[in-house]
Amino acid sequence: MLSRDQVLHVARLARLELSDAEVERFSVELSKVLDHIEKISELGGLEGVEPTSHVVEVENALRPDEPRPSWPRDVVLEAAPDAAQGGFRVPSPGAG
Amino acid sequence: MSEILDLTAAQAAERIHAGDLTKGELWRFYRDRALADDLNAFTWVCEEDEPLAVDESGPLGGVPIGVKDLFATQGVPSQAGSKILEGYRPPYTATSVEKLIGAGAPVLAKTNQDEFAMGSSTENSAFGPTLNPWDRARVPGGSSGGSAAAVAAGTVPWAIGTDTGGSIRQPAALCGIVGLKPTYGAVSRYGMIAFASSLDQAGPFTRDTTDAALLLAAMAGRDHCDSTSLGLPEPVRAPRATDLSGIRLGVPEELTGEGIEAGVLAAFNQTLDLARELGATIETMHLPHSPHGLAAYYLIAPAECSSNLARYDGVRYGLRADGQDLLSMYTQTREQGFGAEVKRRVLIGTYALSSGYYDAYYGRAQKVRTLIADDFKKAWDDFDFVVTPTAPGVAFELGAKTADPLAMYLNDACTVPMSLAGIPAISIPNGLAPSPGGGGVRLPVGFQIAGPAFSENRILDAAHALEQAIGFDHKAALA
Repeated sequence: MLSRDQVLHVARLARLELSDAEVERFSVELSKVLDHIEKISELGGLEGVEPTSHVVEVENALRPDEPRPSWPRDVVLEAAPDAAQGGFRVPSPGAG
Repeated sequence: MSEILDLTAAQAAERIHAGDLTKGELWRFYRDRALADDLNAFTWVCEEDEPLAVDESGPLGGVPIGVKDLFATQGVPSQAGSKILEGYRPPYTATSVEKLIGAGAPVLAKTNQDEFAMGSSTENSAFGPTLNPWDRARVPGGSSGGSAAAVAAGTVPWAIGTDTGGSIRQPAALCGIVGLKPTYGAVSRYGMIAFASSLDQAGPFTRDTTDAALLLAAMAGRDHCDSTSLGLPEPVRAPRATDLSGIRLGVPEELTGEGIEAGVLAAFNQTLDLARELGATIETMHLPHSPHGLAAYYLIAPAECSSNLARYDGVRYGLRADGQDLLSMYTQTREQGFGAEVKRRVLIGTYALSSGYYDAYYGRAQKVRTLIADDFKKAWDDFDFVVTPTAPGVAFELGAKTADPLAMYLNDACTVPMSLAGIPAISIPNGLAPSPGGGGVRLPVGFQIAGPAFSENRILDAAHALEQAIGFDHKAALA
């Protein structure tokens, strides 16, 4: 069972603000899901098994290192919620 | 029914190549149908009178296509079904979509989906759920539910979607069409808004296997923008097989028993009989680790998504909420922009990757994944394909599973093991089965064929032979 504090801790790590109602709801729902996921710890004999990285065995994916143009700055900034002086403007990090 | 609606995409392309139909006529026919869609299958429809300049002499013949919302399409809304990307118009187009356009398929519409492809019903879209054309009170499956519903209803001739744990195959099954998940790496992921990068793979939604081969042939290929892309070792051919002589089919006991609706199982067994008549041998076999697939999947996919979705912070694109300082701007933007299922998975993933839990969860899940892939590798010594029902049940009613995330996740039980192993699998329409709720409703079910990595041509051939023998009638949904 995930406690209220654990949900709030994970939410902080994930940069998610949650309402009180969400914290309640998620601690119940996520506990159920985690109970199911825990079944994976019942499986023995995993010593010496390699974790999957790429599902099809490949060694290296190399290509010639050729310079290509990047996106023009104004094109990239077009989608920004707040652009200023050729950059992304954000609120101040605050006094801390 | 109009004559144009009756044509498969390959037949329409043939007419255009022969000069019996123009790409403009076909475009306007489908544009009008897409604009009149009442299933909420689309997040955007192109209203132009003429298609984008495509070369109709290409293999796709000028036949318009529907593209899942999460594919980046230049200047066109590409929102992954999320409020956090509402109205986002990217400056570039996904490689797979570029290749389809290059082969002669103009983009007619973007299709609805579960937010960031997280879901099995398309009810998690910020733009409202898509309805199933076979019964509008039911879901089309998901996450690529818009693509599946649109092809089944004939509001686009064909479409593409993405499959992470079953998001092409399950909606194809629930809507009575063909859906193909290629080998991981066959199609470039560049420009696909990421969910779980080690699992995400794009593929076709079509009325038949011939159309699926045509789309896959045009989409596949190695791409210098995606280092995990491999392409396919041989060109994709139009499937021609009419029998299954000498083909050995394995029926995994773990994926064909508990949890499968009786009607779905009956349809599955009937098709096994057909396969036998077509010359196949059928044997029960085991994929001993596959029962752990769902648990491994629901660790790996959320872990990867929690990392991939860190980019939605209100700085470079999409929604930005007000905040007194930088941190509260981030947390408020994500609180307002993400839906409940996305938050659930980001939380599970962050938990599983957090300090002290990594080895017990993500590390363990990646080992289980290796064991699941090994089960399949061993199976190929004795079998050409592994076959299962695609989904454990027929389409369920809207809202039936939204309150119980775990019940929703169980929809993926038969499709997740192939995703974890990275192998190709197709779902073909396998007749109709009664809804367990009764009421006399009969709904489509799917038959899944999975094969070794890069066996797409052989899978398509086997699927073609079965498709001819099953003779599924899809016209009831083509209103």
